[in-house]
Amino acid sequence: MLLNYLKITFAVLQRRKFFTFISLFGISLTLTILVVATAFIDHLIAAGYPEINRDRSLYIWNVKEKDTKNQGQSSGPISFSFINTYVRSLKTPAKIAAVSMPSTINIYLNNHKLNVRYRYTDSNFWEVTSFDFLEGKNYTEQNIANNDYVVVINDYVRDEYVGKGQPAVGKMIEIDNVNYRIIGVVRGCPITRIHVSSDLYFPYNTSKADLKKVELRGNFAAIILPNTPSDIPKIQTEFNVVASKIKLTDTGDKWFKPDKLYVSADSYITSFTRQFKGDGEDDGVGYFFTIVLGIALLFMSLPAINLVNINMSRIMERASEIGIRKAFGASSKTLVMQFVIENIILTLIGGVIAVFLSLGVIYYLNNSNLIAYIDLSFNWKVFSVAIFVSLLFGLLSGVYPAWRMSKLQVVEALKN
Amino acid sequence: MIHLKNIEKVYRTATVETVALNNINLSVEKGEFVSIMGPSGCGKSTLLNIIGLLDEPSKGKVEIGGKHTNGLPDSQLAHFRNQTLGFIFQSFHLINDLPVLDNVELPLLYRKVSSSERRRLASEALEKVGLSNRMKHYPNQLSGGQKQRVAIARAIVGQPQIILADEPTGNLDSNMGNEIMDILTTLNQRDKATIIMVTHDENMAKRTHRLIRLFDGSQVS
Repeated sequence: MLLNYLKITFAVLQRRKFFTFISLFGISLTLTILVVATAFIDHLIAAGYPEINRDRSLYIWNVKEKDTKNQGQSSGPISFSFINTYVRSLKTPAKIAAVSMPSTINIYLNNHKLNVRYRYTDSNFWEVTSFDFLEGKNYTEQNIANNDYVVVINDYVRDEYVGKGQPAVGKMIEIDNVNYRIIGVVRGCPITRIHVSSDLYFPYNTSKADLKKVELRGNFAAIILPNTPSDIPKIQTEFNVVASKIKLTDTGDKWFKPDKLYVSADSYITSFTRQFKGDGEDDGVGYFFTIVLGIALLFMSLPAINLVNINMSRIMERASEIGIRKAFGASSKTLVMQFVIENIILTLIGGVIAVFLSLGVIYYLNNSNLIAYIDLSFNWKVFSVAIFVSLLFGLLSGVYPAWRMSKLQVVEALKN
Repeated sequence: MIHLKNIEKVYRTATVETVALNNINLSVEKGEFVSIMGPSGCGKSTLLNIIGLLDEPSKGKVEIGGKHTNGLPDSQLAHFRNQTLGFIFQSFHLINDLPVLDNVELPLLYRKVSSSERRRLASEALEKVGLSNRMKHYPNQLSGGQKQRVAIARAIVGQPQIILADEPTGNLDSNMGNEIMDILTTLNQRDKATIIMVTHDENMAKRTHRLIRLFDGSQVS
């Protein structure tokens, strides 16, 4: 029976080539956008170079103080002293790294200006991440203790500064009127690795800011790497205990006297989604994925409705066939099945086209330098989503026309 | 085999009520070859559609093979049509997107018959109508007579007890018409198929066992 359905599907597709083109164009374009969007979300969320431990790390980067009486609040990244005082006091983690939020600066090389991003980090940063060192090595605790003015640069800066592929380690680079010795060159990573991407990495001892100043808010994030993934809940509980004892900021301002503090050690995705929902007591992951799914469904529903329209007119053209099939023993249920299967076949063809289009778009994005170092991948996760979306699309656009068509009276259908 | 009792069919619109069939009582015995004649619009095809369970009467009872068919749900009607009835239409009603063999297989598609068995039975049916050399052709590659022979093969492939033919020779020239009539006669005599045929042609009607005449929705003989 399936072979019969396949034959009729291909025959119908060939019969009205323009309709087929419109249908397949709509399906494949929609699916391509969804697949590329999925690849992008996967790229944003999943572990990847150089954050290969992201799946088993915890992140603390936002602290919120709230004045519940005056309805005021203040929130932002945590300070370096916050990390030293509260995060480094945790007993369970294997490693705790501190990394500043990125800033930009102009450096002048060979009479041209280069706008680059830079961060300050501690030495643990190089242990919780897995950068590829093309040359040299990272700075250590000893460099920091010695107050060495060293810098790790990425290959982009190296190529611009000393020439493509030329050795850079040991050379001096002047940045903001200060000379730094290049100690290592890493393979760069895309800006979408929000907590680790940069062009220049400085040890925190070179920062002009007073990092010892005791304050809750500052310009840093903490990345916590546990010994084993099973330690994650333990670390979160331990940090919650520590956080509950944190003394709130005495602002001296009568309009803003914080009486409540929100800060938590979260997985990568939760560290962002928590910001979306209320005071951060809810992790917001469900909320986030509901919105993403809602947008995806809304996005899919437009071409699906269009496809329903096209399917309706295609099916009405086949009224005579419906009458014949009914006369020879097809029930309405069987016909609904047939037309839904046909539609699923059509959308799967669209899905296959979308896979190739997506591979092309992903290849283009990875090589076009629109987002430097981006490494989108068409993996099985993305492929499964594409197949699932194809089937859903087929069902969405096929069931209603099939049901309408199956209700046709045989005699009326045969008159067509 | 077939018993119709007080059959009435009325088509209603907002302003007009048209009586297509009025108080039809009809019995057809097993193995009979019956023809139905009458002027255009007298209700011949409507009657055949009601016998074939393709349409429902407004009033009256339909009994086929000892089974009352009024009010049967869609799935049971479909099953009944599939097992008991075979249709031949004036305009052939073949599926143009499928080759001849697949068209003939159609009734078997809705039974639990394996693919190879379907092929075998469809090939046999095509042989009976002399079209075994056209199995892979598509309907639009065939002449009118050939198309009707494919339609007959499709009607008989499931060995239904009753064949309903709605002007099977209406779109064919007299030679082709006679060929089709020969096949139907053979099916009736050799395979003991019960056949009810709607026709406009007196000569074709004369070749059947019994003639029923309709006029303005009523049976006149």
